[in-house]
Amino acid sequence: MEPFRSVRGGGARAWLAAAEASLLRSLVGQIMSLVESAGMESAGMESGSPADDLASGQDDDLAALEAMLHGPGADTIPEDPVLARLLPDGYRDDPEAAGEFRRYTEPALRSAKHAAAQEMLDTLPEVGGRIQLTQDQALSWLKALNDVRLALGVRLGVTEDFEEQWARLKPDDPQWTAFEVYAWLGAVQESLVQALA
Amino acid sequence: MSTAPAEVDLPRSADSPSSDKPWVTIVWNDPVNLMSYVTYVFQHVFGYPKKKATKLMLDVHHKGKAVVAAGAREAMEHNVEVLHGYGLWATVNQDK
Repeated sequence: MEPFRSVRGGGARAWLAAAEASLLRSLVGQIMSLVESAGMESAGMESGSPADDLASGQDDDLAALEAMLHGPGADTIPEDPVLARLLPDGYRDDPEAAGEFRRYTEPALRSAKHAAAQEMLDTLPEVGGRIQLTQDQALSWLKALNDVRLALGVRLGVTEDFEEQWARLKPDDPQWTAFEVYAWLGAVQESLVQALA
Repeated sequence: MSTAPAEVDLPRSADSPSSDKPWVTIVWNDPVNLMSYVTYVFQHVFGYPKKKATKLMLDVHHKGKAVVAAGAREAMEHNVEVLHGYGLWATVNQDK
Protein backbone atom coordinates (compact mmCIF):
# COMPACT_ATOMS: atom_id res chain seq x y z
CA MET A 1 0.00 0.00 0.00
CA GLU A 2 0.95 3.59 -0.57
CA PRO A 3 -0.61 5.51 2.32
CA PHE A 4 -3.19 8.21 1.79
CA ARG A 5 -1.99 11.66 0.77
CA SER A 6 -3.98 14.82 0.51
CA VAL A 7 -5.22 16.00 -2.86
CA ARG A 8 -5.27 19.65 -3.83
CA GLY A 9 -8.83 20.94 -3.51
CA GLY A 10 -9.77 18.35 -0.86
CA GLY A 11 -9.97 14.60 -0.67
CA ALA A 12 -7.23 11.99 -0.62
CA ARG A 13 -5.53 9.37 -2.74
CA ALA A 14 -3.74 6.09 -2.10
CA TRP A 15 -2.66 2.89 -3.79
CA LEU A 16 -3.64 -0.60 -2.62
CA ALA A 17 -2.41 -4.05 -3.64
CA ALA A 18 -5.06 -6.51 -4.83
CA ALA A 19 -4.81 -8.60 -1.64
CA GLU A 20 -5.22 -5.47 0.50
CA ALA A 21 -8.27 -4.37 -1.46
CA SER A 22 -9.82 -7.78 -1.16
CA LEU A 23 -9.16 -7.90 2.60
CA LEU A 24 -10.78 -4.49 3.06
CA ARG A 25 -13.78 -5.47 0.94
CA SER A 26 -14.31 -8.61 2.98
CA LEU A 27 -14.07 -6.82 6.35
CA VAL A 28 -16.33 -3.95 5.29
CA GLY A 29 -18.82 -6.44 3.86
CA GLN A 30 -18.97 -8.15 7.25
CA ILE A 31 -19.79 -4.85 8.94
CA MET A 32 -22.60 -4.32 6.43
CA SER A 33 -24.13 -7.70 7.30
CA LEU A 34 -23.73 -6.99 11.01
CA VAL A 35 -25.54 -3.66 10.98
CA GLU A 36 -28.35 -4.86 8.73
CA SER A 37 -31.40 -5.14 10.96
CA ALA A 38 -33.92 -7.93 10.58
CA GLY A 39 -36.11 -5.46 8.72
CA MET A 40 -33.39 -4.63 6.21
CA GLU A 41 -32.66 -8.28 5.53
CA SER A 42 -36.30 -9.16 4.91
CA ALA A 43 -36.93 -6.09 2.81
CA GLY A 44 -35.74 -8.00 -0.24
CA MET A 45 -32.82 -5.90 -1.43
CA GLU A 46 -31.36 -8.78 -3.44
CA SER A 47 -32.33 -9.73 -6.97
CA GLY A 48 -35.70 -11.38 -7.41
CA SER A 49 -37.11 -9.08 -4.76
CA PRO A 50 -40.48 -7.39 -4.71
CA ALA A 51 -38.62 -4.20 -5.63
CA ASP A 52 -39.80 -4.67 -9.21
CA ASP A 53 -43.33 -3.99 -8.04
CA LEU A 54 -42.18 -0.66 -6.68
CA ALA A 55 -41.15 0.49 -10.13
CA SER A 56 -44.72 1.70 -10.59
CA GLY A 57 -43.78 4.37 -8.04
CA GLN A 58 -46.68 4.07 -5.64
CA ASP A 59 -46.00 6.43 -2.76
CA ASP A 60 -47.70 4.07 -0.33
CA ASP A 61 -45.44 1.24 -1.38
CA LEU A 62 -42.37 3.41 -0.94
CA ALA A 63 -43.54 4.56 2.46
CA ALA A 64 -44.14 0.96 3.49
CA LEU A 65 -40.67 0.01 2.32
CA GLU A 66 -39.19 2.93 4.19
CA ALA A 67 -41.00 1.93 7.38
CA MET A 68 -39.69 -1.58 6.91
CA LEU A 69 -36.16 -0.27 6.55
CA HIS A 70 -36.20 2.29 9.28
CA GLY A 71 -38.23 1.19 12.15
CA PRO A 72 -39.47 0.84 14.70
CA GLY A 73 -36.16 0.28 16.44
CA ALA A 74 -35.34 -1.93 19.37
CA ASP A 75 -35.09 -0.34 22.80
CA THR A 76 -32.37 -2.48 24.35
CA ILE A 77 -28.67 -2.64 23.57
CA PRO A 78 -27.72 -5.57 21.26
CA GLU A 79 -26.43 -8.68 23.02
CA ASP A 80 -23.53 -9.14 20.61
CA PRO A 81 -20.71 -7.07 22.14
CA VAL A 82 -19.57 -5.91 18.70
CA LEU A 83 -23.01 -4.60 17.78
CA ALA A 84 -23.32 -3.11 21.26
CA ARG A 85 -20.14 -1.12 20.56
CA LEU A 86 -21.22 -0.08 17.06
CA LEU A 87 -24.69 0.91 18.33
CA PRO A 88 -24.02 2.11 21.88
CA ASP A 89 -26.50 3.51 24.39
CA GLY A 90 -27.09 7.26 24.17
CA TYR A 91 -27.63 7.59 27.92
CA ARG A 92 -25.79 6.11 30.86
CA ASP A 93 -27.50 5.26 34.14
CA ASP A 94 -30.92 5.96 32.64
CA PRO A 95 -32.26 2.82 30.95
CA GLU A 96 -35.58 4.49 30.14
CA ALA A 97 -33.99 7.43 28.30
CA ALA A 98 -31.49 5.07 26.65
CA GLY A 99 -34.33 2.87 25.39
CA GLU A 100 -36.28 5.81 24.07
CA PHE A 101 -33.21 7.25 22.36
CA ARG A 102 -32.41 3.89 20.78
CA ARG A 103 -35.94 3.42 19.44
CA TYR A 104 -35.68 6.70 17.58
CA THR A 105 -32.06 6.63 16.44
CA GLU A 106 -30.85 3.05 16.04
CA PRO A 107 -32.52 2.30 12.69
CA ALA A 108 -31.04 5.45 11.14
CA LEU A 109 -27.64 4.74 12.69
CA ARG A 110 -27.66 1.24 11.19
CA SER A 111 -28.57 2.71 7.80
CA ALA A 112 -25.86 5.37 8.06
CA LYS A 113 -23.20 2.78 8.89
CA HIS A 114 -24.45 0.59 6.07
CA ALA A 115 -24.32 3.52 3.64
CA ALA A 116 -20.78 4.54 4.65
CA ALA A 117 -19.61 0.93 4.19
CA GLN A 118 -21.35 0.78 0.81
CA GLU A 119 -19.69 4.00 -0.32
CA MET A 120 -16.33 2.58 0.69
CA LEU A 121 -16.99 -0.56 -1.36
CA ASP A 122 -18.13 1.55 -4.31
CA THR A 123 -14.85 3.49 -4.32
CA LEU A 124 -12.58 0.50 -3.62
CA PRO A 125 -11.59 -1.27 -6.88
CA GLU A 126 -11.88 -5.05 -6.51
CA VAL A 127 -8.42 -5.60 -7.96
CA GLY A 128 -6.87 -2.77 -5.95
CA GLY A 129 -4.75 -0.07 -7.53
CA ARG A 130 -5.17 3.67 -7.40
CA ILE A 131 -7.84 5.10 -5.12
CA GLN A 132 -8.94 8.68 -5.33
CA LEU A 133 -11.53 9.99 -2.89
CA THR A 134 -13.48 13.21 -2.60
CA GLN A 135 -13.79 14.74 0.86
CA ASP A 136 -17.23 13.13 1.34
CA GLN A 137 -16.04 9.74 0.16
CA ALA A 138 -13.03 10.02 2.47
CA LEU A 139 -15.37 10.67 5.42
CA SER A 140 -17.26 7.49 4.57
CA TRP A 141 -13.96 5.62 4.47
CA LEU A 142 -13.00 6.99 7.89
CA LYS A 143 -16.32 5.87 9.38
CA ALA A 144 -16.30 2.46 7.74
CA LEU A 145 -12.64 1.79 8.60
CA ASN A 146 -13.35 2.84 12.16
CA ASP A 147 -16.32 0.47 12.41
CA VAL A 148 -14.13 -2.40 11.20
CA ARG A 149 -11.48 -1.50 13.79
CA LEU A 150 -14.10 -1.24 16.55
CA ALA A 151 -15.51 -4.65 15.64
CA LEU A 152 -12.07 -6.27 15.46
CA GLY A 153 -10.97 -4.48 18.64
CA VAL A 154 -13.93 -5.86 20.58
CA ARG A 155 -13.46 -9.40 19.23
CA LEU A 156 -9.73 -9.34 20.07
CA GLY A 157 -10.26 -7.70 23.46
CA VAL A 158 -7.90 -4.88 22.50
CA THR A 159 -6.89 -2.54 25.34
CA GLU A 160 -4.79 0.61 25.51
CA ASP A 161 -1.78 -1.74 25.67
CA PHE A 162 -2.42 -3.12 22.22
CA GLU A 163 1.26 -3.28 21.24
CA GLU A 164 2.10 -5.33 24.33
CA GLN A 165 -0.87 -7.62 23.80
CA TRP A 166 0.33 -8.28 20.27
CA ALA A 167 3.96 -8.71 21.30
CA ARG A 168 2.96 -11.38 23.84
CA LEU A 169 1.44 -13.56 21.09
CA LYS A 170 3.52 -16.19 19.34
CA PRO A 171 3.48 -15.83 15.54
CA ASP A 172 1.63 -19.16 15.27
CA ASP A 173 -1.14 -17.96 17.57
CA PRO A 174 -4.45 -18.01 15.70
CA GLN A 175 -5.02 -14.38 16.74
CA TRP A 176 -1.65 -13.12 15.52
CA THR A 177 -2.83 -12.37 11.99
CA ALA A 178 -5.93 -10.60 13.29
CA PHE A 179 -3.71 -8.35 15.42
CA GLU A 180 -1.56 -7.66 12.37
CA VAL A 181 -4.65 -6.74 10.34
CA TYR A 182 -5.90 -4.55 13.19
CA ALA A 183 -2.58 -2.69 13.31
CA TRP A 184 -2.56 -2.28 9.53
CA LEU A 185 -6.11 -0.89 9.55
CA GLY A 186 -5.00 1.63 12.17
CA ALA A 187 -2.14 2.75 9.91
CA VAL A 188 -4.48 3.08 6.92
CA GLN A 189 -6.94 5.14 8.94
CA GLU A 190 -4.16 7.28 10.45
CA SER A 191 -2.83 8.13 7.00
CA LEU A 192 -6.33 9.11 5.84
CA VAL A 193 -6.87 11.33 8.88
CA GLN A 194 -3.52 13.03 8.27
CA ALA A 195 -4.34 13.49 4.59
CA LEU A 196 -7.61 15.24 5.47
CA ALA A 197 -6.38 17.25 8.47
CA MET B 1 -7.55 5.83 22.85
CA SER B 2 -5.05 3.70 21.17
CA THR B 3 -1.55 5.03 21.54
CA ALA B 4 -0.81 5.17 25.25
CA PRO B 5 -2.26 3.82 28.49
CA ALA B 6 -4.61 6.00 30.49
CA GLU B 7 -6.74 5.74 33.57
CA VAL B 8 -10.30 4.98 32.65
CA ASP B 9 -12.69 6.48 35.09
CA LEU B 10 -16.33 5.57 34.59
CA PRO B 11 -18.26 6.99 37.52
CA ARG B 12 -21.73 5.66 38.21
CA SER B 13 -23.89 8.43 39.47
CA ALA B 14 -26.92 7.81 41.66
CA ASP B 15 -28.00 11.43 41.52
CA SER B 16 -31.44 11.95 40.13
CA PRO B 17 -31.26 14.63 37.46
CA SER B 18 -33.29 17.76 37.97
CA SER B 19 -34.71 19.48 34.95
CA ASP B 20 -33.32 22.98 35.48
CA LYS B 21 -29.75 21.92 34.73
CA PRO B 22 -28.31 22.15 31.23
CA TRP B 23 -27.62 19.10 29.12
CA VAL B 24 -24.21 18.00 27.94
CA THR B 25 -22.64 15.70 25.37
CA ILE B 26 -19.99 13.44 26.92
CA VAL B 27 -17.39 11.46 24.98
CA TRP B 28 -15.88 8.46 26.80
CA ASN B 29 -12.44 6.98 26.31
CA ASP B 30 -12.14 3.71 24.45
CA PRO B 31 -9.06 1.70 23.47
CA VAL B 32 -9.68 1.62 19.71
CA ASN B 33 -10.33 5.12 18.39
CA LEU B 34 -7.17 6.85 17.19
CA MET B 35 -6.25 10.09 18.94
CA SER B 36 -5.86 11.85 15.59
CA TYR B 37 -9.26 10.59 14.47
CA VAL B 38 -11.04 11.76 17.63
CA THR B 39 -9.45 15.21 17.24
CA TYR B 40 -10.49 15.30 13.58
CA VAL B 41 -14.09 14.34 14.44
CA PHE B 42 -14.31 17.10 17.09
CA GLN B 43 -13.08 19.63 14.52
CA HIS B 44 -15.33 18.37 11.77
CA VAL B 45 -18.54 17.83 13.77
CA PHE B 46 -18.38 20.85 16.09
CA GLY B 47 -16.23 23.19 14.02
CA TYR B 48 -13.78 23.51 16.92
CA PRO B 49 -10.32 24.87 16.18
CA LYS B 50 -7.57 22.25 16.26
CA LYS B 51 -6.25 23.46 19.62
CA LYS B 52 -9.62 23.06 21.38
CA ALA B 53 -10.33 19.74 19.64
CA THR B 54 -6.92 18.42 20.72
CA LYS B 55 -7.45 19.52 24.33
CA LEU B 56 -10.83 17.76 24.48
CA MET B 57 -9.33 14.63 22.92
CA LEU B 58 -6.56 14.64 25.56
CA ASP B 59 -9.16 15.08 28.32
CA VAL B 60 -11.02 12.03 27.01
CA HIS B 61 -7.75 10.12 26.83
CA HIS B 62 -6.36 11.03 30.24
CA LYS B 63 -9.50 11.58 32.34
CA GLY B 64 -11.62 8.89 30.74
CA LYS B 65 -14.24 11.32 29.46
CA ALA B 66 -14.86 14.92 28.46
CA VAL B 67 -17.82 17.22 28.03
CA VAL B 68 -17.61 18.25 24.39
CA ALA B 69 -20.78 20.35 24.11
CA ALA B 70 -23.58 21.79 26.28
CA GLY B 71 -27.06 23.08 25.53
CA ALA B 72 -30.61 21.93 24.89
CA ARG B 73 -31.40 18.26 25.31
CA GLU B 74 -32.47 17.82 21.67
CA ALA B 75 -29.22 19.34 20.42
CA MET B 76 -27.19 17.05 22.69
CA GLU B 77 -29.12 14.02 21.44
CA HIS B 78 -28.37 15.08 17.89
CA ASN B 79 -24.65 15.38 18.76
CA VAL B 80 -24.63 11.89 20.23
CA GLU B 81 -26.34 10.47 17.16
CA VAL B 82 -23.74 12.09 14.89
CA LEU B 83 -20.83 10.96 17.10
CA HIS B 84 -22.15 7.38 17.13
CA GLY B 85 -22.08 7.60 13.34
CA TYR B 86 -18.33 8.23 13.64
CA GLY B 87 -17.92 5.37 16.10
CA LEU B 88 -17.17 7.58 19.10
CA TRP B 89 -18.57 6.47 22.43
CA ALA B 90 -20.85 9.38 23.35
CA THR B 91 -23.75 9.90 25.74
CA VAL B 92 -26.21 12.62 26.71
CA ASN B 93 -26.16 13.66 30.33
CA GLN B 94 -27.59 16.33 32.57
CA ASP B 95 -24.85 18.57 33.92
CA LYS B 96 -24.33 18.29 37.64
